Amino acid sequence: MWRKRAEIAFFVAPALALLVAFVAVPVATAVQMSLYRWKGFGPMVDFVGLANYVSVLTNDVFTDALVHNLIIVVGSILLQLPLGLAIALLLNRKMWGQGLLRTIIFVPYVLAEVIAGVVWFQLLQPQYGVIDTMLAAVGLQGPDQGFLGTPEYALWTVLVVLTWKYLGLAVILFLAGLQGVPEELYEAAQLDGASWWQVQRRITIPLLGPTMRTWGFLSMIGSLQLFDMVWILTGGGPANATTTMATFLVNEGTKRQNFGIAGAASVVLFVVALVLALAYQRFILSRDSKEDEA
Amino acid sequence: MSAATIPARTKPAPAGAPRRRKRSNPGGNVLVYAISLVVVAVTLGPVLYGVLGGFRTNAQLAENPAGLPDPWVLSKYAGVLAADSPFWGYFLNSTIIAVVTTAVVVVFGIMAAYPLARYRFRGREALFLVFVIGLLFPATVAIIPLFILITQNYQLGNTWWGVALPQAAFALPMTVVILRPFLQALPAELEEAAQLDGASRIGFFWRILLPLSGPGMVTVGVLAFVGSWNAYLLPLLLLRGDMRTLPLGVADFSSEHSADTAGVFAFTTLAMIPALVFFLAMQKRIVNGLQGAVKG
Repeated sequence: MWRKRAEIAFFVAPALALLVAFVAVPVATAVQMSLYRWKGFGPMVDFVGLANYVSVLTNDVFTDALVHNLIIVVGSILLQLPLGLAIALLLNRKMWGQGLLRTIIFVPYVLAEVIAGVVWFQLLQPQYGVIDTMLAAVGLQGPDQGFLGTPEYALWTVLVVLTWKYLGLAVILFLAGLQGVPEELYEAAQLDGASWWQVQRRITIPLLGPTMRTWGFLSMIGSLQLFDMVWILTGGGPANATTTMATFLVNEGTKRQNFGIAGAASVVLFVVALVLALAYQRFILSRDSKEDEA
Repeated sequence: MSAATIPARTKPAPAGAPRRRKRSNPGGNVLVYAISLVVVAVTLGPVLYGVLGGFRTNAQLAENPAGLPDPWVLSKYAGVLAADSPFWGYFLNSTIIAVVTTAVVVVFGIMAAYPLARYRFRGREALFLVFVIGLLFPATVAIIPLFILITQNYQLGNTWWGVALPQAAFALPMTVVILRPFLQALPAELEEAAQLDGASRIGFFWRILLPLSGPGMVTVGVLAFVGSWNAYLLPLLLLRGDMRTLPLGVADFSSEHSADTAGVFAFTTLAMIPALVFFLAMQKRIVNGLQGAVKG
Protein backbone atom coordinates (compact mmCIF):
# COMPACT_ATOMS: atom_id res chain seq x y z
CA MET A 1 0.00 0.00 0.00
CA TRP A 2 2.71 2.47 0.98
CA ARG A 3 4.55 1.55 -2.17
CA LYS A 4 1.60 2.47 -4.34
CA ARG A 5 1.24 5.81 -2.52
CA ALA A 6 4.92 6.50 -2.97
CA GLU A 7 4.61 5.78 -6.69
CA ILE A 8 1.64 8.13 -7.04
CA ALA A 9 3.52 10.85 -5.17
CA PHE A 10 6.61 10.29 -7.32
CA PHE A 11 4.63 10.69 -10.55
CA VAL A 12 2.43 13.61 -9.56
CA ALA A 13 4.77 15.64 -7.34
CA PRO A 14 6.84 17.40 -10.06
CA ALA A 15 3.75 18.69 -11.87
CA LEU A 16 2.07 19.74 -8.62
CA ALA A 17 5.22 21.50 -7.40
CA LEU A 18 5.38 23.51 -10.63
CA LEU A 19 1.68 24.40 -10.39
CA VAL A 20 2.09 25.57 -6.80
CA ALA A 21 5.24 27.61 -7.42
CA PHE A 22 4.21 29.29 -10.68
CA VAL A 23 0.39 29.28 -10.67
CA ALA A 24 -1.06 28.98 -7.16
CA VAL A 25 1.41 31.23 -5.33
CA PRO A 26 1.29 34.02 -7.96
CA VAL A 27 -2.51 33.93 -8.07
CA ALA A 28 -2.69 34.07 -4.27
CA THR A 29 -0.15 36.91 -4.30
CA ALA A 30 -2.30 38.82 -6.80
CA VAL A 31 -5.23 38.59 -4.39
CA GLN A 32 -3.03 39.62 -1.47
CA MET A 33 -1.49 42.53 -3.43
CA SER A 34 -4.95 43.81 -4.29
CA LEU A 35 -5.63 44.49 -0.60
CA TYR A 36 -2.50 46.58 0.04
CA ARG A 37 -0.95 49.78 -1.15
CA TRP A 38 2.42 48.44 -2.24
CA LYS A 39 5.21 49.66 -4.52
CA GLY A 40 6.90 46.30 -5.01
CA PHE A 41 9.63 46.19 -2.38
CA GLY A 42 9.62 45.42 1.35
CA PRO A 43 6.76 43.64 3.07
CA MET A 44 3.14 44.48 2.32
CA VAL A 45 2.05 46.46 5.40
CA ASP A 46 -0.20 49.25 4.17
CA PHE A 47 -3.50 47.35 4.25
CA VAL A 48 -6.22 49.30 2.44
CA GLY A 49 -9.07 46.77 2.32
CA LEU A 50 -11.10 47.07 -0.85
CA ALA A 51 -9.89 50.57 -1.70
CA ASN A 52 -7.92 49.31 -4.72
CA TYR A 53 -11.04 47.64 -6.10
CA VAL A 54 -13.05 50.84 -5.64
CA SER A 55 -10.32 52.76 -7.37
CA VAL A 56 -10.11 50.29 -10.28
CA LEU A 57 -13.86 50.02 -10.78
CA THR A 58 -14.37 53.79 -10.68
CA ASN A 59 -11.44 54.43 -13.02
CA ASP A 60 -12.77 55.35 -16.46
CA VAL A 61 -9.68 53.93 -18.12
CA PHE A 62 -10.37 50.51 -16.60
CA THR A 63 -14.12 50.48 -17.21
CA ASP A 64 -13.46 51.57 -20.80
CA ALA A 65 -10.90 48.77 -21.05
CA LEU A 66 -13.52 46.28 -19.90
CA VAL A 67 -15.92 47.61 -22.54
CA HIS A 68 -13.16 47.31 -25.18
CA ASN A 69 -12.63 43.68 -24.18
CA LEU A 70 -16.35 43.00 -24.48
CA ILE A 71 -16.47 44.70 -27.89
CA ILE A 72 -13.61 42.46 -29.04
CA VAL A 73 -15.35 39.36 -27.61
CA VAL A 74 -18.62 40.09 -29.44
CA GLY A 75 -17.00 41.57 -32.55
CA SER A 76 -14.64 38.62 -33.01
CA ILE A 77 -17.48 36.13 -32.87
CA LEU A 78 -19.79 38.18 -35.12
CA LEU A 79 -17.05 38.58 -37.75
CA GLN A 80 -15.30 35.23 -37.57
CA LEU A 81 -18.31 32.93 -37.21
CA PRO A 82 -20.00 33.75 -40.56
CA LEU A 83 -16.69 34.23 -42.40
CA GLY A 84 -15.18 31.07 -40.96
CA LEU A 85 -18.29 29.06 -41.68
CA ALA A 86 -18.51 30.34 -45.25
CA ILE A 87 -14.87 29.54 -45.96
CA ALA A 88 -15.10 26.12 -44.30
CA LEU A 89 -18.17 25.16 -46.35
CA LEU A 90 -16.40 26.42 -49.44
CA LEU A 91 -13.25 24.42 -48.73
CA ASN A 92 -15.19 21.29 -47.84
CA ARG A 93 -15.93 20.65 -51.52
CA LYS A 94 -13.83 18.69 -53.87
CA MET A 95 -11.62 21.21 -55.59
CA TRP A 96 -8.17 21.68 -57.02
CA GLY A 97 -5.57 22.87 -54.51
CA GLN A 98 -7.74 22.16 -51.49
CA GLY A 99 -4.90 20.98 -49.26
CA LEU A 100 -2.75 23.97 -50.15
CA LEU A 101 -5.65 26.31 -49.47
CA ARG A 102 -6.17 24.81 -46.02
CA THR A 103 -2.50 25.28 -45.22
CA ILE A 104 -2.47 28.88 -46.43
CA ILE A 105 -5.51 29.90 -44.46
CA PHE A 106 -3.90 28.65 -41.27
CA VAL A 107 -0.65 30.60 -41.73
CA PRO A 108 -1.67 33.79 -39.86
CA TYR A 109 -2.73 31.73 -36.86
CA VAL A 110 0.71 30.16 -36.55
CA LEU A 111 2.58 33.46 -36.62
CA ALA A 112 3.28 35.11 -33.28
CA GLU A 113 0.79 37.87 -32.50
CA VAL A 114 3.77 40.21 -32.16
CA ILE A 115 5.09 39.43 -35.64
CA ALA A 116 1.66 39.80 -37.24
CA GLY A 117 1.24 43.03 -35.29
CA VAL A 118 4.55 44.52 -36.46
CA VAL A 119 3.71 43.77 -40.11
CA TRP A 120 0.22 45.27 -39.83
CA PHE A 121 1.61 48.28 -37.98
CA GLN A 122 3.72 49.03 -41.06
CA LEU A 123 0.85 48.36 -43.49
CA LEU A 124 -1.38 50.75 -41.52
CA GLN A 125 1.08 53.66 -41.36
CA PRO A 126 -0.65 56.91 -42.33
CA GLN A 127 0.06 58.16 -45.87
CA TYR A 128 3.05 56.02 -46.79
CA GLY A 129 1.58 52.71 -45.56
CA VAL A 130 0.34 50.39 -48.29
CA ILE A 131 -3.26 50.40 -47.09
CA ASP A 132 -3.55 54.18 -47.36
CA THR A 133 -1.87 53.95 -50.77
CA MET A 134 -4.40 51.41 -51.96
CA LEU A 135 -7.25 53.53 -50.64
CA ALA A 136 -5.81 56.55 -52.44
CA ALA A 137 -5.71 54.52 -55.68
CA VAL A 138 -9.49 54.14 -55.53
CA GLY A 139 -10.01 57.78 -54.55
CA LEU A 140 -10.42 57.34 -50.81
CA GLN A 141 -8.34 58.94 -48.12
CA GLY A 142 -7.38 57.37 -44.81
CA PRO A 143 -7.61 59.45 -41.63
CA ASP A 144 -4.76 61.97 -41.17
CA GLN A 145 -3.40 60.26 -38.07
CA GLY A 146 -3.80 56.79 -39.62
CA PHE A 147 -6.33 54.15 -38.65
CA LEU A 148 -4.40 53.25 -35.52
CA GLY A 149 -3.82 56.88 -34.52
CA THR A 150 -7.44 58.00 -34.66
CA PRO A 151 -9.45 57.18 -31.51
CA GLU A 152 -12.69 56.53 -33.43
CA TYR A 153 -11.09 53.92 -35.70
CA ALA A 154 -8.33 52.38 -33.59
CA LEU A 155 -10.31 49.67 -31.77
CA TRP A 156 -12.11 48.60 -34.94
CA THR A 157 -8.80 48.41 -36.77
CA VAL A 158 -7.42 46.16 -34.02
CA LEU A 159 -10.53 44.01 -34.39
CA VAL A 160 -9.97 43.66 -38.15
CA VAL A 161 -6.32 42.65 -37.65
CA LEU A 162 -7.37 40.12 -34.99
CA THR A 163 -9.93 38.70 -37.42
CA TRP A 164 -7.20 38.28 -40.04
CA LYS A 165 -5.00 36.57 -37.45
CA TYR A 166 -7.55 34.17 -35.96
CA LEU A 167 -9.95 33.37 -38.81
CA GLY A 168 -7.79 30.39 -39.79
CA LEU A 169 -8.39 28.71 -36.43
CA ALA A 170 -12.17 28.92 -36.91
CA VAL A 171 -11.87 27.55 -40.44
CA ILE A 172 -9.66 24.62 -39.43
CA LEU A 173 -11.86 23.67 -36.49
CA PHE A 174 -15.05 23.93 -38.57
CA LEU A 175 -13.48 21.82 -41.31
CA ALA A 176 -12.58 19.19 -38.72
CA GLY A 177 -16.16 19.26 -37.46
CA LEU A 178 -17.43 18.83 -41.02
CA GLN A 179 -15.43 15.62 -41.36
CA GLY A 180 -17.52 14.20 -38.53
CA VAL A 181 -20.76 14.60 -40.49
CA PRO A 182 -21.76 11.11 -41.71
CA GLU A 183 -21.60 10.74 -45.47
CA GLU A 184 -24.93 8.85 -45.47
CA LEU A 185 -26.76 12.02 -44.49
CA TYR A 186 -25.53 13.81 -47.60
CA GLU A 187 -26.39 10.89 -49.83
CA ALA A 188 -29.88 10.59 -48.36
CA ALA A 189 -30.44 14.34 -48.79
CA GLN A 190 -29.25 14.22 -52.38
CA LEU A 191 -31.56 11.30 -53.15
CA ASP A 192 -34.39 13.43 -51.81
CA GLY A 193 -33.40 16.14 -54.27
CA ALA A 194 -32.09 18.67 -51.77
CA SER A 195 -30.02 21.51 -53.22
CA TRP A 196 -26.45 22.22 -52.04
CA TRP A 197 -27.62 25.16 -49.97
CA GLN A 198 -30.47 23.15 -48.41
CA VAL A 199 -28.02 20.44 -47.41
CA GLN A 200 -25.74 23.00 -45.75
CA ARG A 201 -28.54 24.78 -43.96
CA ARG A 202 -30.51 21.75 -42.78
CA ILE A 203 -27.75 19.21 -42.15
CA THR A 204 -24.23 20.57 -42.07
CA ILE A 205 -24.64 23.74 -40.04
CA PRO A 206 -26.83 22.16 -37.32
CA LEU A 207 -24.41 19.24 -36.96
CA LEU A 208 -21.55 21.72 -36.68
CA GLY A 209 -23.24 23.29 -33.62
CA PRO A 210 -21.02 21.72 -30.94
CA THR A 211 -17.84 22.71 -32.80
CA MET A 212 -19.05 26.29 -33.29
CA ARG A 213 -20.06 26.60 -29.64
CA THR A 214 -16.70 25.31 -28.39
CA TRP A 215 -14.82 27.55 -30.80
CA GLY A 216 -16.86 30.50 -29.51
CA PHE A 217 -15.77 29.67 -25.99
CA LEU A 218 -12.07 29.61 -26.93
CA SER A 219 -12.47 32.84 -28.87
CA MET A 220 -14.16 34.55 -25.91
CA ILE A 221 -11.48 33.52 -23.43
CA GLY A 222 -8.75 34.69 -25.81
CA SER A 223 -10.43 38.06 -26.38
CA LEU A 224 -10.72 38.70 -22.64
CA GLN A 225 -6.96 38.25 -22.22
CA LEU A 226 -6.02 40.30 -25.26
CA PHE A 227 -2.62 41.93 -24.77
CA ASP A 228 0.09 41.28 -27.39
CA MET A 229 -1.65 42.68 -30.47
CA VAL A 230 -2.83 45.85 -28.72
CA TRP A 231 0.57 46.42 -27.11
CA ILE A 232 2.25 46.26 -30.53
CA LEU A 233 -0.32 48.12 -32.63
CA THR A 234 -1.31 50.98 -30.33
CA GLY A 235 0.11 50.43 -26.85
CA GLY A 236 -3.46 51.00 -25.64
CA GLY A 237 -3.75 54.44 -27.25
CA PRO A 238 -4.58 56.81 -28.77
CA ALA A 239 -6.07 58.42 -25.66
CA ASN A 240 -6.75 54.95 -24.16
CA ALA A 241 -9.07 54.13 -27.07
CA THR A 242 -7.78 50.55 -27.29
CA THR A 243 -6.75 49.81 -23.69
CA THR A 244 -7.71 46.31 -22.57
CA MET A 245 -7.85 44.94 -19.03
CA ALA A 246 -4.51 43.20 -19.60
CA THR A 247 -2.71 46.27 -20.98
CA PHE A 248 -4.17 48.29 -18.08
CA LEU A 249 -2.82 45.98 -15.42
CA VAL A 250 0.59 45.60 -17.07
CA ASN A 251 0.85 49.39 -17.32
CA GLU A 252 -0.09 49.90 -13.68
CA GLY A 253 2.23 47.13 -12.54
CA THR A 254 5.36 47.81 -14.57
CA LYS A 255 5.31 51.48 -15.52
CA ARG A 256 3.67 53.01 -12.46
CA GLN A 257 4.57 50.43 -9.80
CA ASN A 258 0.95 50.51 -8.57
CA PHE A 259 0.98 46.86 -7.60
CA GLY A 260 -2.16 47.08 -5.48
CA ILE A 261 -4.11 48.50 -8.43
CA ALA A 262 -2.61 45.90 -10.77
CA GLY A 263 -3.58 43.14 -8.34
CA ALA A 264 -7.15 44.38 -8.08
CA ALA A 265 -7.38 44.65 -11.89
CA SER A 266 -6.07 41.05 -12.17
CA VAL A 267 -8.73 39.79 -9.81
CA VAL A 268 -11.46 41.71 -11.66
CA LEU A 269 -10.20 40.30 -14.99
CA PHE A 270 -10.30 36.79 -13.53
CA VAL A 271 -13.80 37.24 -12.10
CA VAL A 272 -15.14 38.69 -15.37
CA ALA A 273 -13.64 35.78 -17.33
CA LEU A 274 -14.98 33.25 -14.82
CA VAL A 275 -18.51 34.70 -14.82
CA LEU A 276 -18.63 34.84 -18.61
CA ALA A 277 -17.20 31.31 -18.86
CA LEU A 278 -19.78 29.94 -16.43
CA ALA A 279 -22.59 31.80 -18.20
CA TYR A 280 -21.40 30.45 -21.55
CA GLN A 281 -21.22 26.97 -20.07
CA ARG A 282 -24.68 27.30 -18.54
CA PHE A 283 -26.53 28.82 -21.47
CA ILE A 284 -24.64 27.77 -24.59
CA LEU A 285 -22.38 24.79 -24.01
CA SER A 286 -24.95 22.97 -21.88
CA ARG A 287 -26.70 21.92 -25.08
CA ASP A 288 -23.71 19.71 -25.84
CA SER A 289 -23.15 18.28 -22.39
CA LYS A 290 -25.27 15.19 -22.99
CA GLU A 291 -23.28 14.19 -26.06
CA ASP A 292 -20.01 15.08 -24.38
CA GLU A 293 -20.56 12.90 -21.35
CA ALA A 294 -21.32 9.85 -23.47
CA MET B 1 -15.19 15.58 -21.51
CA SER B 2 -14.61 13.22 -24.36
CA ALA B 3 -10.98 13.94 -25.03
CA ALA B 4 -10.72 10.16 -25.37
CA THR B 5 -11.75 10.86 -28.92
CA ILE B 6 -8.32 12.29 -29.72
CA PRO B 7 -6.58 9.02 -30.52
CA ALA B 8 -9.78 7.76 -32.09
CA ARG B 9 -10.22 10.91 -34.10
CA THR B 10 -6.87 10.92 -35.76
CA LYS B 11 -7.53 7.55 -37.33
CA PRO B 12 -10.86 7.92 -39.11
CA ALA B 13 -9.71 11.17 -40.73
CA PRO B 14 -7.73 9.59 -43.62
CA ALA B 15 -10.63 7.24 -44.29
CA GLY B 16 -12.99 10.20 -44.33
CA ALA B 17 -11.06 12.17 -46.90
CA PRO B 18 -11.34 9.77 -49.85
CA ARG B 19 -14.96 9.09 -48.97
CA ARG B 20 -15.78 12.74 -49.37
CA ARG B 21 -14.22 12.79 -52.80
CA LYS B 22 -17.10 10.71 -54.08
CA ARG B 23 -19.60 13.48 -53.54
CA SER B 24 -20.56 15.04 -56.83
CA ASN B 25 -19.47 18.61 -57.23
CA PRO B 26 -22.32 21.04 -57.78
CA GLY B 27 -21.91 23.98 -60.16
CA GLY B 28 -20.57 27.40 -59.38
CA ASN B 29 -16.99 26.24 -59.66
CA VAL B 30 -15.70 29.49 -61.10
CA LEU B 31 -17.22 31.41 -58.24
CA VAL B 32 -15.69 29.02 -55.69
CA TYR B 33 -12.22 29.48 -57.19
CA ALA B 34 -12.68 33.24 -57.37
CA ILE B 35 -13.64 33.44 -53.69
CA SER B 36 -10.74 31.14 -52.81
CA LEU B 37 -8.34 33.46 -54.62
CA VAL B 38 -9.65 36.46 -52.67
CA VAL B 39 -9.25 34.54 -49.40
CA VAL B 40 -5.69 33.55 -50.30
CA ALA B 41 -4.83 37.11 -51.33
CA VAL B 42 -6.15 38.62 -48.11
CA THR B 43 -4.53 35.91 -45.97
CA LEU B 44 -1.10 35.93 -47.57
CA GLY B 45 -1.03 39.53 -48.80
CA PRO B 46 0.34 41.12 -45.63
CA VAL B 47 2.89 38.32 -45.17
CA LEU B 48 4.11 38.52 -48.78
CA TYR B 49 4.23 42.31 -48.61
CA GLY B 50 6.57 41.98 -45.64
CA VAL B 51 8.75 39.41 -47.43
CA LEU B 52 9.01 41.57 -50.57
CA GLY B 53 9.43 44.76 -48.52
CA GLY B 54 12.63 43.30 -47.11
CA PHE B 55 14.04 43.15 -50.67
CA ARG B 56 13.39 46.86 -51.26
CA THR B 57 15.05 50.03 -50.05
CA ASN B 58 13.40 52.61 -47.86
CA ALA B 59 13.46 54.98 -50.82
CA GLN B 60 11.57 52.47 -52.95
CA LEU B 61 9.04 51.90 -50.17
CA ALA B 62 8.49 55.63 -49.71
CA GLU B 63 8.19 56.36 -53.42
CA ASN B 64 5.72 53.60 -54.23
CA PRO B 65 4.50 51.66 -51.20
CA ALA B 66 2.52 49.19 -53.33
CA GLY B 67 5.32 48.42 -55.84
CA LEU B 68 7.56 45.42 -56.30
CA PRO B 69 11.29 45.41 -55.52
CA ASP B 70 13.12 47.25 -58.34
CA PRO B 71 15.96 46.46 -58.20
CA TRP B 72 15.95 43.61 -55.69
CA VAL B 73 18.15 44.54 -52.73
CA LEU B 74 19.69 41.84 -50.55
CA SER B 75 21.46 44.10 -48.07
CA LYS B 76 18.61 44.29 -45.54
CA TYR B 77 18.32 40.52 -45.22
CA ALA B 78 22.08 40.16 -45.23
CA GLY B 79 22.31 42.72 -42.45
CA VAL B 80 19.87 40.81 -40.24
CA LEU B 81 21.69 37.53 -40.88
CA ALA B 82 25.19 38.96 -40.38
CA ALA B 83 27.26 37.22 -37.75
CA ASP B 84 27.19 40.23 -35.42
CA SER B 85 23.42 40.73 -35.76
CA PRO B 86 21.37 40.35 -32.56
CA PHE B 87 19.02 38.08 -34.54
CA TRP B 88 21.06 34.96 -33.75
CA GLY B 89 21.02 35.63 -30.01
CA TYR B 90 17.24 36.10 -30.02
CA PHE B 91 16.89 32.94 -32.09
CA LEU B 92 19.02 30.96 -29.64
CA ASN B 93 17.09 32.23 -26.62
CA SER B 94 13.73 31.45 -28.24
CA THR B 95 14.90 27.96 -29.16
CA ILE B 96 16.30 27.07 -25.74
CA ILE B 97 13.28 28.42 -23.86
CA ALA B 98 10.85 26.60 -26.18
CA VAL B 99 12.79 23.32 -25.91
CA VAL B 100 12.99 23.50 -22.10
CA THR B 101 9.30 24.42 -21.83
CA THR B 102 8.33 21.54 -24.10
CA ALA B 103 10.53 19.00 -22.32
CA VAL B 104 9.21 19.98 -18.88
CA VAL B 105 5.58 19.97 -20.04
CA VAL B 106 5.84 16.58 -21.74
CA VAL B 107 7.81 14.81 -18.99
CA PHE B 108 5.88 16.21 -16.00
CA GLY B 109 2.59 15.98 -17.90
CA ILE B 110 2.85 12.31 -18.81
CA MET B 111 4.10 11.47 -15.31
CA ALA B 112 1.11 13.19 -13.70
CA ALA B 113 -1.36 11.76 -16.18
CA TYR B 114 -0.22 8.17 -15.58
CA PRO B 115 -1.52 7.59 -12.02
CA LEU B 116 -4.54 9.80 -12.74
CA ALA B 117 -5.40 7.53 -15.66
CA ARG B 118 -4.41 4.05 -14.52
CA TYR B 119 -4.16 3.85 -10.71
CA ARG B 120 -7.19 3.36 -8.48
CA PHE B 121 -6.95 5.39 -5.30
CA ARG B 122 -9.07 7.57 -3.09
CA GLY B 123 -8.87 11.25 -4.01
CA ARG B 124 -7.97 10.56 -7.62
CA GLU B 125 -10.78 12.67 -9.05
CA ALA B 126 -10.03 15.44 -6.55
CA LEU B 127 -6.41 15.44 -7.69
CA PHE B 128 -7.50 15.59 -11.31
CA LEU B 129 -9.78 18.50 -10.42
CA VAL B 130 -6.70 20.45 -9.31
CA PHE B 131 -5.45 20.34 -12.90
CA VAL B 132 -8.87 21.18 -14.32
CA ILE B 133 -9.07 24.23 -12.04
CA GLY B 134 -5.61 25.19 -13.27
CA LEU B 135 -7.17 25.65 -16.72
CA LEU B 136 -9.10 28.62 -15.35
CA PHE B 137 -5.99 30.67 -14.60
CA PRO B 138 -4.29 32.16 -17.64
CA ALA B 139 -0.81 33.59 -17.11
CA THR B 140 -2.18 37.07 -17.81
CA VAL B 141 -4.08 37.10 -14.51
CA ALA B 142 -0.99 36.35 -12.45
CA ILE B 143 1.54 38.17 -14.59
CA ILE B 144 2.54 40.96 -12.19
CA PRO B 145 3.04 38.73 -9.12
CA LEU B 146 4.83 36.21 -11.36
CA PHE B 147 7.20 38.94 -12.41
CA ILE B 148 7.87 39.92 -8.77
CA LEU B 149 8.19 36.33 -7.48
CA ILE B 150 10.49 35.21 -10.28
CA THR B 151 12.81 38.20 -10.07
CA GLN B 152 12.84 38.70 -6.27
CA ASN B 153 11.97 35.40 -4.56
CA TYR B 154 13.08 32.72 -7.03
CA GLN B 155 16.06 34.74 -8.33
CA LEU B 156 15.30 33.65 -11.90
CA GLY B 157 14.81 37.06 -13.49
CA ASN B 158 16.39 37.45 -16.94
CA THR B 159 17.14 33.71 -17.25
CA TRP B 160 15.92 30.95 -19.59
CA TRP B 161 14.49 28.96 -16.66
CA GLY B 162 12.61 31.97 -15.34
CA VAL B 163 10.51 32.03 -18.52
CA ALA B 164 10.42 28.30 -19.33
CA LEU B 165 9.23 27.04 -15.92
CA PRO B 166 6.18 29.31 -15.56
CA GLN B 167 5.29 28.72 -19.20
CA ALA B 168 5.43 24.98 -18.54
CA ALA B 169 3.37 25.39 -15.37
CA PHE B 170 0.60 27.22 -17.21
CA ALA B 171 0.64 24.65 -20.05
CA LEU B 172 0.48 21.64 -17.67
CA PRO B 173 -3.26 21.65 -16.91
CA MET B 174 -4.21 21.40 -20.59
CA THR B 175 -1.52 18.75 -21.10
CA VAL B 176 -2.82 16.55 -18.29
CA VAL B 177 -6.42 17.04 -19.42
CA ILE B 178 -5.47 15.91 -22.95
CA LEU B 179 -3.15 13.05 -21.91
CA ARG B 180 -5.26 11.39 -19.21
CA PRO B 181 -8.06 10.11 -21.48
CA PHE B 182 -5.38 9.17 -24.00
CA LEU B 183 -3.75 6.89 -21.41
CA GLN B 184 -7.11 5.63 -20.18
CA ALA B 185 -7.94 4.49 -23.69
CA LEU B 186 -5.05 1.98 -23.73
CA PRO B 187 -6.58 -1.48 -23.14
CA ALA B 188 -6.43 -2.97 -19.63
CA GLU B 189 -5.23 -6.29 -21.12
CA LEU B 190 -1.85 -4.68 -21.82
CA GLU B 191 -1.37 -3.94 -18.13
CA GLU B 192 -2.54 -7.43 -17.09
CA ALA B 193 -0.21 -9.07 -19.56
CA ALA B 194 2.69 -6.96 -18.30
CA GLN B 195 1.87 -7.92 -14.71
CA LEU B 196 1.77 -11.61 -15.62
CA ASP B 197 5.21 -11.17 -17.11
CA GLY B 198 6.33 -9.77 -13.79
CA ALA B 199 6.53 -6.08 -14.67
CA SER B 200 5.90 -3.58 -11.89
CA ARG B 201 3.66 -0.58 -12.46
CA ILE B 202 6.75 1.54 -13.00
CA GLY B 203 8.10 -1.05 -15.42
CA PHE B 204 4.78 -0.93 -17.26
CA PHE B 205 5.06 2.87 -17.42
CA TRP B 206 8.57 2.78 -18.89
CA ARG B 207 8.40 -0.14 -21.26
CA ILE B 208 4.82 -0.15 -22.51
CA LEU B 209 2.94 3.04 -21.71
CA LEU B 210 5.62 5.55 -22.77
CA PRO B 211 6.26 4.04 -26.22
CA LEU B 212 2.51 3.71 -26.85
CA SER B 213 1.71 7.29 -25.88
CA GLY B 214 4.13 8.79 -28.42
CA PRO B 215 1.43 10.44 -30.56
CA GLY B 216 -0.24 12.03 -27.53
CA MET B 217 3.07 13.37 -26.25
CA VAL B 218 3.97 14.77 -29.67
CA THR B 219 0.64 16.58 -29.82
CA VAL B 220 0.94 18.25 -26.41
CA GLY B 221 4.63 18.89 -27.06
CA VAL B 222 3.94 20.69 -30.32
CA LEU B 223 1.29 22.87 -28.69
CA ALA B 224 3.66 23.75 -25.84
CA PHE B 225 6.48 24.54 -28.27
CA VAL B 226 4.38 26.84 -30.46
CA GLY B 227 2.94 28.56 -27.39
CA SER B 228 6.42 29.21 -26.01
CA TRP B 229 7.89 30.26 -29.36
CA ASN B 230 5.19 32.90 -29.86
CA ALA B 231 4.96 34.07 -26.23
CA TYR B 232 5.39 37.78 -25.61
CA LEU B 233 3.98 39.02 -22.29
CA LEU B 234 6.04 36.93 -19.86
CA PRO B 235 9.36 37.40 -21.74
CA LEU B 236 8.54 41.11 -22.06
CA LEU B 237 8.50 41.48 -18.28
CA LEU B 238 11.36 39.09 -17.48
CA LEU B 239 13.99 39.28 -20.23
CA ARG B 240 16.26 42.17 -21.14
CA GLY B 241 19.29 42.82 -23.32
CA ASP B 242 20.99 39.71 -24.66
CA MET B 243 18.42 37.40 -23.08
CA ARG B 244 15.53 38.62 -25.27
CA THR B 245 13.55 36.18 -27.44
CA LEU B 246 12.57 36.66 -31.11
CA PRO B 247 9.13 38.24 -30.48
CA LEU B 248 10.77 40.76 -28.14
CA GLY B 249 13.55 41.31 -30.66
CA VAL B 250 11.07 41.94 -33.47
CA ALA B 251 9.01 44.37 -31.40
CA ASP B 252 12.09 46.27 -30.18
CA PHE B 253 13.74 46.36 -33.61
CA SER B 254 10.51 47.72 -35.05
CA SER B 255 10.33 50.58 -32.55
CA GLU B 256 14.07 51.34 -32.47
CA HIS B 257 14.46 51.35 -36.27
CA SER B 258 11.05 52.80 -37.10
CA ALA B 259 12.57 54.90 -39.91
CA ASP B 260 14.10 51.79 -41.53
CA THR B 261 10.87 50.18 -42.78
CA ALA B 262 12.66 47.82 -45.16
CA GLY B 263 14.92 46.66 -42.36
CA VAL B 264 11.89 46.02 -40.13
CA PHE B 265 10.30 43.94 -42.89
CA ALA B 266 13.49 41.92 -43.38
CA PHE B 267 13.89 41.29 -39.66
CA THR B 268 10.23 40.35 -39.22
CA THR B 269 10.23 38.04 -42.23
CA LEU B 270 13.26 36.13 -40.99
CA ALA B 271 11.67 35.84 -37.56
CA MET B 272 8.57 34.26 -39.16
CA ILE B 273 10.49 31.50 -40.92
CA PRO B 274 11.19 29.14 -38.00
CA ALA B 275 7.54 29.12 -36.93
CA LEU B 276 6.36 28.57 -40.50
CA VAL B 277 8.80 25.72 -41.14
CA PHE B 278 7.87 24.10 -37.85
CA PHE B 279 4.19 24.49 -38.71
CA LEU B 280 4.56 22.94 -42.16
CA ALA B 281 6.44 19.99 -40.67
CA MET B 282 3.98 19.52 -37.81
CA GLN B 283 0.77 20.67 -39.48
CA LYS B 284 -1.20 17.48 -38.80
CA ARG B 285 -0.12 17.36 -35.16
CA ILE B 286 -1.00 21.01 -34.52
CA VAL B 287 -4.42 20.66 -36.10
CA ASN B 288 -5.09 17.40 -34.24
CA GLY B 289 -3.98 18.98 -30.99
CA LEU B 290 -6.29 21.95 -31.44
CA GLN B 291 -9.17 19.65 -32.32
CA GLY B 292 -8.36 17.60 -29.24
CA ALA B 293 -8.37 20.72 -27.09
CA VAL B 294 -11.76 21.67 -28.49
CA LYS B 295 -13.16 18.18 -27.99
CA GLY B 296 -11.91 18.11 -24.40
